[in-house]
Amino acid sequence: MSIEIRNIRKQFGQFTALDNVSLDVASGELLALLGPSGCGKTTLLRIIAGLEKPDAGQVLFGGADATHTHVAERQVGFVFQHYALFRHMTVFDNVAFGLSVKPRRERPSQEEIRERVMKLLKMVQLDWLADAYPGQLSGGQRQRIALARSLAVEPKVLLLDEPFGALDAKVRKDLRRWLRDLHNDMHITSVFVTHDQEEALEVSDRVVVMDHGHIEQVGRPDDIYEHPATPFVTQFLGDVNLFHGRVDAGQLTIGSYEQALGQHQDADGDAAVAYVRPHDLDLTLQADGALAQGRVEHIHAVGPVVRVELRQADGQTIEAAVSKERFRGLGIVPGDTVYVTPRKLAVFLKDAPGQQDYVI
Amino acid sequence: MANLTTESRPVRYALTGVALVFLFLFLLLPLIGVFWEALHKGWQLYLTALVEPEALSAIKLTLISAAIAVPLNLVFGVAAAWAIARFDFRGKSLLTTLIDLPFAVSPVVAGLMFILLFGANTVVGGWLQDHGLQVIFAVPGIVLATVFVTFPFVARELIPLMQSQGADEEQAAIVLGASGWQTFRKVTLPNIKWGLLYGVILTNARAMGEFGAVSVVSGHIRGETNTIPLHVEILYNEYNFVGAFACASLLALLALVTLLVKSLVEWRLHRQQQASTLRTAEARLQAQAAQP
Repeated sequence: MSIEIRNIRKQFGQFTALDNVSLDVASGELLALLGPSGCGKTTLLRIIAGLEKPDAGQVLFGGADATHTHVAERQVGFVFQHYALFRHMTVFDNVAFGLSVKPRRERPSQEEIRERVMKLLKMVQLDWLADAYPGQLSGGQRQRIALARSLAVEPKVLLLDEPFGALDAKVRKDLRRWLRDLHNDMHITSVFVTHDQEEALEVSDRVVVMDHGHIEQVGRPDDIYEHPATPFVTQFLGDVNLFHGRVDAGQLTIGSYEQALGQHQDADGDAAVAYVRPHDLDLTLQADGALAQGRVEHIHAVGPVVRVELRQADGQTIEAAVSKERFRGLGIVPGDTVYVTPRKLAVFLKDAPGQQDYVI
Repeated sequence: MANLTTESRPVRYALTGVALVFLFLFLLLPLIGVFWEALHKGWQLYLTALVEPEALSAIKLTLISAAIAVPLNLVFGVAAAWAIARFDFRGKSLLTTLIDLPFAVSPVVAGLMFILLFGANTVVGGWLQDHGLQVIFAVPGIVLATVFVTFPFVARELIPLMQSQGADEEQAAIVLGASGWQTFRKVTLPNIKWGLLYGVILTNARAMGEFGAVSVVSGHIRGETNTIPLHVEILYNEYNFVGAFACASLLALLALVTLLVKSLVEWRLHRQQQASTLRTAEARLQAQAAQP
């Protein structure tokens, strides 16, 4: 079922959690709400679920207004950040809860409930834990039980609040893939909240980047990563180096470095910031055509990529990531002076932070 | 093997010894004293002291006031704790302070408050008396005073518990389609049952043992408005030590029984959990063995 969010506003005292947010979630889509803590993503998710009331705006499920529908009647599945399993019930009773509280006329028989619960437990590969209490499970197992519990009532929409937030790195990776597969099988409209950009980019069909109660950018993961719309999105999606310069009629100047941009043609000597990701910086020993220079401070050579930290004359650090082969070819050691050239940079004018970027 | 995180042996023994001696002197010895004093002239005198009409009447009145005060404060305590732990509203801190009022005020003052409010010479008390209801120096006054002094126990026990547990489980239940009553019965209540039981035990103990406030409003009418604690005092002042300590032992016994029941229930629950842990461990082994 599709979800439409129209002009939602939510205020907590003086704090504006959501400021006129509108968003469409297509039926069957897996959507990520990504942003730093306090950006309003969880509030938006709770408003969709009906756990929070918006001050203004509408929530539509499948085209029908659900703004004033009670949580219990919205038919949403909600997976809480800390799972919120019923600690005094066995795993089986937890998963069966949604079915067993149905009114007598709608409630399936005991055998049917048993069958459905065991099927769900098999699906999350934990049928052997049916008799256990939540306190005896690991974090990853609790997460899967919480998911099975929310799916038991066959929700039209699945909402997940930081579903992998409290898990360790390995389990997290497994569960991500597992959630992706599960979504491919079931095709239930799903929205999940995360502050981890890697997670959002890897799992979802579309990503919504939020900050300070606003939506900064909506798009497919590769689109967002390759074409960040704002400096905030650029910085939030990964490590990035900043270079301050000017743009004059489409010409970027940073120190002695010059570069023609396809955009910002009407810029008139405006201050600008160029963002370059570490792996888009190449290291050279020649000064000509270089964006900047620096002294090698640290070399982290663990893994396939070598990360080199440079310190510029003004004290700013630059981080560059080059392949092992490239690094060996350069033969640099800490203390050497090296030059960096950008393969790709995103330029934003300072007085217009929301403007289109330029990517080479 | 040397243990790096504990104190040396003499220090441990000294600390444990101090605690045990203190417990013996201030808790166990007085308790034994009560029973010894009650029983040292034989069972016959002990039983006689308990079944004489005035003692029976005191026992009855104590049970009645506890039977009214405990359910009332149970309902109020759960409602107040729910409101304070789950909702934000104007006057929340005022309510929290008011709940503590009976703890802050001396029981004697509490009793005097009721006399000022319901005494025969007051507006409310006079009106009630005209309509055939005597509050002060009668059973209603005793019940009122008991309810007042035992007011905070359940709420005080539940508020921190419910605050620390958070509302997540209740919200999960509601999202799954449970009604408010289903959520309370199947999720909230099981989670707070230990705190609730403890609050009820404390409420009950205080309701039966309250002296000050009840003493002020009772009027000490023998066979009519005496509770067990008041009866004990009267007997004691009349040098009827066997009678006084027999009734006192009854109160002490009640406290011991409630604590025993609580320990028993806790022990059974602990065993259930152990059994479940064992079953889970077995299931885990079987699941591992089933994998190639």
